[in-house]
Amino acid sequence: MPTLPARFKLAYENFALDVDLQLPSTGVTVLFGPSGSGKTTLLRCIAGLEKAPIGYFEIKGQCWQDSTKKHFIPTYQRNLGYVFQEANLFPHLSVMGNLQFGVKRQTCSTVNSSNFQEIIDLLGIEHLLNRKPDRLSGGEKQRVVIARALLLKPDLLLMDEPLAALDQQRKQEILPFLIRLHQHLSIPVIYVTHSQAEVAQLADTLVVMQAGKVVAHGNLTDTFNRIDLPFAQDKGASSVWQGTLSSHETNYHLSCVAINDNTLSLPLITAPIGTKLRIQIYARDVSITLSAPTDTSILNILPAVIKEIKADNTGQCTVRLQVDHQSLLAHITQKSAHLLNLKAELMVYVQIKGTSLLG
Amino acid sequence: MLSPADLDTLWLTFKVASLSTFLLLLIGTPIAWWLARTQSPAKGFINALVSLPLVLPPTVLGFYLLILMGPNGALGKLTNALDLGALSFTFTGLVIASVLYSIPFVVQPLQSAFNSIAQQTLEAAATLRASPLNTFLSVVLPLSKSGFLTAGILGFTHTVGEFGVVLMIGGNIPDKTRVVSVQIYNHVEALEYTQAHWLAGCLLAFSFSVLLVLYTVLKTPPQVQQLK
Repeated sequence: MPTLPARFKLAYENFALDVDLQLPSTGVTVLFGPSGSGKTTLLRCIAGLEKAPIGYFEIKGQCWQDSTKKHFIPTYQRNLGYVFQEANLFPHLSVMGNLQFGVKRQTCSTVNSSNFQEIIDLLGIEHLLNRKPDRLSGGEKQRVVIARALLLKPDLLLMDEPLAALDQQRKQEILPFLIRLHQHLSIPVIYVTHSQAEVAQLADTLVVMQAGKVVAHGNLTDTFNRIDLPFAQDKGASSVWQGTLSSHETNYHLSCVAINDNTLSLPLITAPIGTKLRIQIYARDVSITLSAPTDTSILNILPAVIKEIKADNTGQCTVRLQVDHQSLLAHITQKSAHLLNLKAELMVYVQIKGTSLLG
Repeated sequence: MLSPADLDTLWLTFKVASLSTFLLLLIGTPIAWWLARTQSPAKGFINALVSLPLVLPPTVLGFYLLILMGPNGALGKLTNALDLGALSFTFTGLVIASVLYSIPFVVQPLQSAFNSIAQQTLEAAATLRASPLNTFLSVVLPLSKSGFLTAGILGFTHTVGEFGVVLMIGGNIPDKTRVVSVQIYNHVEALEYTQAHWLAGCLLAFSFSVLLVLYTVLKTPPQVQQLK
């Protein structure tokens, strides 16, 4: 699979960015890290809004920046879409005027009316087209902004914390649209966030940044479950599995989701059999037994192998297990770990008390 | 009633003010844009220079311009060499002086209009394929409409009201440099108070109605600090 090489070095007074990445050319790559870690700066460098003195970026055989050759294509000539944290609609134009702003200026106009309708439907903004931006809610504005970027048929979509400025309710309103987008888009998306929930719901690839450097980079499940990273110890730590809806048990209001060779029972999902699903399992909902429990109320019991154990100073333990080829985190007490004599490579069973569906 | 000579001065004043306002908007826009966006250390210096006419007595500005544009001044020598003659006591000289005299009244409202446009709005335009010039024309201009209106009105009215500078560099030449404010002075000197009343009344009515429009029609009227 071709990758997008991204190398940037840039120094400000109290901050330096130094990254050398190969970004995937499909799916959502999330840049994750605390504020000040350089994720937005990296995004701005890719867009050309920031001109890194040393930088290289290439997409689809087109070089956007190569500082060794003093080559730099200005932002307005790059075929990208950019969604800012604050919805940046032009206040003097209607929603329709905003949507057409970029399309009208494209050198080779590729937008046809069916594509326009598809994007309008995808983001549910048909009824807003004639309004002025000041008559929209925060969530509606952000949806229009996303549509405005998508209409350009960009080679790359860059999103800088598109949900951060919204309250919890609005976030919940927009996330389903982003998830739908994720399923529909074939272009690479680079998404900046500091929210673990958004990582779990949207990421295919995860890049963890700290102080201007990349500290971890890999596919979501592996990187998310790396015990040396702050995610694993967090109270809300979780594992994300991809599965396929395989059958329903309607009389029990349950659905079965196949994950490789294993099957999980989940509360009834109203979707056709065969739908790809993303399931989040919180580490606090996973318990460990040495033998296969037979008389338990918990439905989801899977064989697993312990890979790593890390104790913290609050009496808690983070255990990384492998279930088939998937990795899984469990938070248990240090006392339990001691009593069961848990250690790496031990074969155990995990009981999963609850799961949540991420769409 | 207004005499034909008075009407001539009104017409001349209108010509000077219109032409000056046009030139001021032309020159003032790039200066204001630069001042609003630059991080150059020269910003303070240029800001001070542009604002100078706010505090400088018009006679001082007029005096320096008289020297500069006179036959022995740098500008005068240049225009002489170009066979244009000295600019002092001419209509052109009067327009140049008016532009310099009114420049802060145009630059400051524009600058504050430009300042209120977020950098991110411009960046958004760039990510939507708009070149910097295109962004200026299709985003900055429409968003600064009231700033331009304020700048134009203030530039025009301020030029109409100038007196000291005109006296210093333009003198009192009918149809060339005799503007309304000078004509009122002439009438008073000649004790023609009725004539002076007519002209003064015209200016008073004009200035007040313009400001009335500015403060009632515009959503964001100019602030005092912006004017002075």
